[in-house]
Amino acid sequence: MADEMWVNMGPQHPFNHGLWNLRVRLDGETITAAEPIVGYLHRGWEKMVENRTYPQIIPLADRLCYGSSFSWSHLYCLAAERLFDIEIPERAKYIRTACLEIQRIISHLTWLMALGTDLGSYTILIWCLREREVFIDRMVDICGARMTYNYPRIGGVRNDLPPNFARDVIRSLDLFETRLQEIEALTDSNAAFRMRTVNIGNISAEKAINLGLTGPNLRGSGVELDLRRHEPYEVYDDMDFEICTATDGDAWSRYRVRVDEMRESDKIIRQCLDKMPEGPVRVKVPRCPPKGTVGCRVEDPRGESLMYIVSDGTDKPYRLKVRSPNYINLSAAPAMLLGYKISDVPSIMGVLDMCIGETDR
Amino acid sequence: MKVIIYDKPDRSEDDVARAIESKFPGAVEVLKTAPRRIFLRVTRESFLDVCTYMKDELSFEHNSCVSPVDYIEHFTVVYHISSWANHIMAEVQVDLPRDDPTVDSITPLWGGADWHEREAFDLMGVVFKGHPDLRRIMLPEEFKFHPLRKDFQVGRRV
Repeated sequence: MADEMWVNMGPQHPFNHGLWNLRVRLDGETITAAEPIVGYLHRGWEKMVENRTYPQIIPLADRLCYGSSFSWSHLYCLAAERLFDIEIPERAKYIRTACLEIQRIISHLTWLMALGTDLGSYTILIWCLREREVFIDRMVDICGARMTYNYPRIGGVRNDLPPNFARDVIRSLDLFETRLQEIEALTDSNAAFRMRTVNIGNISAEKAINLGLTGPNLRGSGVELDLRRHEPYEVYDDMDFEICTATDGDAWSRYRVRVDEMRESDKIIRQCLDKMPEGPVRVKVPRCPPKGTVGCRVEDPRGESLMYIVSDGTDKPYRLKVRSPNYINLSAAPAMLLGYKISDVPSIMGVLDMCIGETDR
Repeated sequence: MKVIIYDKPDRSEDDVARAIESKFPGAVEVLKTAPRRIFLRVTRESFLDVCTYMKDELSFEHNSCVSPVDYIEHFTVVYHISSWANHIMAEVQVDLPRDDPTVDSITPLWGGADWHEREAFDLMGVVFKGHPDLRRIMLPEEFKFHPLRKDFQVGRRV
């Protein structure tokens, strides 16, 4: 091949959100090879937590992903609770489930607004920002922080819900349901948006499973798999919700899955508020866990996230390994990029929902 | 295209654990089973055969995580391998001597293990035989240390 060339899309490039680099080899405009390069934001998180006590790690876990911080600090607390072998109060489980789903809506709206900018529609950006603000306000009501909440604790949650929380959330959800239809009108019936996502970035179900894709990206390839259903944690086994799938395996399917998931989250939050019992929200926890290991996984907004903790009986973890869903989704990106044009890169990568904080750790 | 559904588990945890143990007598030790989990210890020599059997015969379709742990006297690499069809996650432990931390790569079986193994090599110095592209991923190429090892001095200038 005479005229192939490598192009660095990053670390500073309008299409990549966060600090990473996508090297693509081009034959004309067609991508013939691609290599994502990560590590620009590597903070040594796993080494850092080996020198922190168990409660000190909760705010650090928040910073793994600034877009969906609650799901990370919740995963850490869930894993630590299984390590300490304690059962948390029923009310705390419902509060956590509701917050997880609020977080999922926030995270998906952040993704959709980023996708909107990538594909050139600033209206999507502004409208999603506006809707997201409503849910951020609900989280501010609970814990006072907008993005890194530091709200779950090992043994429950930090404080009980504020007065009238359920009323405010239901009002927010009612507003959100109508507003989501308006946002969908901007995307679904937008010819430019469809042209840039339909039949772009195809990946088959078998290949997606083998490459380790999880979460909405896998469900977009027609695999009905959701750890909230298949390995229930908190109170998800009492909740009535659908697993959203789409079968085409292209960028459009992955987009559809996420938008549908926001509606399912809406349903779950309403059920949580409806069924939430009264009672305490936190139990006392000893300082040091027993010796042992625990591997715990949950359905993050981006896929399967897992924490593996090794305890040696002291008040600090001996080893804490994080499986970041986005790290593996990104490693599978070359399989989606090959054969498409360089102008398709923003839509393929934008739909993957990149978050470099959790990728590089 | 139709949707692939994994609603009911095909086989139980004990059933799967027994199948692996009887196929590789002496090489596999079942540490325990729990709901949706099986815990295995596998010798380094037969590790790749066990994984191939798990993938081909027992429908373990997905590699969740590769976690190397430094126990000072030896390394242990913990593989979390999931079976979507059976709703099981197997935790496979392989012990490696400290002076020769080498193990067969599972990237040819599960493409998702690629970056996990590169990260384990980068941060812990475990070498994966048969990996197509074993390079550092988080740290610069010229970095001389494997910082997650317990003998790495935190705060040193590198």
